[in-house]
Amino acid sequence: MFAQRPDIRPATVDVFVAGQPVRVPEGATAAAAVLLAGLPAIRETPVTGSPRLPYCMMGVCFDCLAEIDGIANRQSCTVAVRPGMRIEPQRGARPAWREGAVHEG
Amino acid sequence: MRADMADLAIIGAGPAGMSAALEAAGLGLSVAVIDEQPAPGGQVFRAVEAAAADPALTGEYAAEGAALARRFRAMPGIDYRPDTTLWHADLESGALSLRGPHGTALLRAKRLLLATGAQERPVPVPGWTLPGVMGAGAAQILLKQAGAVPKGRVVLAGQGPLLWLLAVQLARAGAPPALLLETSAPGALGRALRAGGPMGRQLWNGRAMLGKGALMMLEARRAGMKIVRGARRLRAQASADGARLRGVSWEGGSTDCDLLLLHEGVIPSTHITRAMGLDHQWDAAQLCWRPALDGWGATSHGLVAVAGDGGGIGGWQAAVRGGALAALDAAHRLGRITAGERDRRAADHRHALSAALALRPFLDRLYAPAPEVLAPRDDSTIVCRCEEITAGEVRQAARLGATGPNQAKAYLRAGMGPCQGRMCGTTVASLIAETRGIPVEQAGALRPRAPYKPITVGELAEL
Repeated sequence: MFAQRPDIRPATVDVFVAGQPVRVPEGATAAAAVLLAGLPAIRETPVTGSPRLPYCMMGVCFDCLAEIDGIANRQSCTVAVRPGMRIEPQRGARPAWREGAVHEG
Repeated sequence: MRADMADLAIIGAGPAGMSAALEAAGLGLSVAVIDEQPAPGGQVFRAVEAAAADPALTGEYAAEGAALARRFRAMPGIDYRPDTTLWHADLESGALSLRGPHGTALLRAKRLLLATGAQERPVPVPGWTLPGVMGAGAAQILLKQAGAVPKGRVVLAGQGPLLWLLAVQLARAGAPPALLLETSAPGALGRALRAGGPMGRQLWNGRAMLGKGALMMLEARRAGMKIVRGARRLRAQASADGARLRGVSWEGGSTDCDLLLLHEGVIPSTHITRAMGLDHQWDAAQLCWRPALDGWGATSHGLVAVAGDGGGIGGWQAAVRGGALAALDAAHRLGRITAGERDRRAADHRHALSAALALRPFLDRLYAPAPEVLAPRDDSTIVCRCEEITAGEVRQAARLGATGPNQAKAYLRAGMGPCQGRMCGTTVASLIAETRGIPVEQAGALRPRAPYKPITVGELAEL
């Protein structure tokens, strides 16, 4: 849905979006990485399972909720990419407990 | 947990926040600036340090925006905390609960300035939750933060200066939009010009801004963008499997597109000021809530001030001046300068503020959103994106007795999802007002609660 302009902003940070490696410019957010990776949806709503992608990109709409480095319900448009970051789509509500879940302390 | 101290805590590092920090630090106050973004700039100057050299982003962004960020970075005495979110404020003690890159922190402030800016006005049209529909501001943010441009056929829909600016910026970046569906009613310009008041003087004082606007429209047309005026009853059309956007339709036309960018202007971001229980008033010209402020940006609570677009839409130049005025008032309240000194230093800022606001009444009239933007006609339109509540359900709740958005929340869960009503609050109030035949200010505004942004139990436990 979005394309990079490497001549203007070279991609230098490697992250993983739904397991696939993507290289994006420094300063991009996790939500931008999802859009640049061309993912069809970043989450499915808890109510009807409808697919969503980021809408506002400024921390207002919460449609960019994703699991980032093992922590669910992150507003991915407010999280800047870091090398090796893992961004996973979030399906439905965040589970209250899950076997093998990352400890969030 | 030990709390750091600051004379003045500023929430937001946009034009108002940066300007306030510069003024306050210059007067010897200890200043902390809390900002959700990784770099200063706010929305209007977002990522300006990284992107000022982008030829698509010339003009005020690259000149004044970059200069302001440079001065902010260079100023001693400012404790700047990027990537940090305010999630609670205790107004009795001045204790601010923050979540940053290193976990939870407490900051105790003698005065608090909210410079949290604006958000795009939600544009609830049928299909606006589909992947492929975004705010126009979102596309501009992608351009600024990542140099990214849309792929495929892009349609802009709505009205206002930002829409034309984005069209020009995308064209300069090599991705000109195919079509602009302008929702301004036919004859809006004539009506705005003929409206009462000292309009002639406003237009003369705002002539530089008007000239810039005319040049933007010319450049967008030269880039090959088609324009449809008076577009009504917009709908985002879904693909056959319902999983993404296929196109857009309006009364009298339709077209395929890969990305639909909506924009009906911006409104103050009042989430935190409403959660604090500060007095607000309905702004009948800008059709939005704004916190009640005095001439220094002081709110109804003795600890808190608001500067910039969060107190009413005025644009970045007005925000810079409003931030400085709020900082001068903070210095006076904290006993650093006399009232006379405050007033003397304020004079230039007041003069510039009134010049920056000269064109605003004209723009408010010209770009007033249509009634169907405030209260969607089609009952199947989703208004609460989080809980997927439709306009028809809200109207039904109003008929059953819901008198305002706080009641509708209990009836329907509208406004109870992760965004806490940031996206649906005003629409729900407008739908209830329309159904019950009352003014929207009587329907009222949502009263959100802390945490202002989600935190983990672990972060809460760190306090």
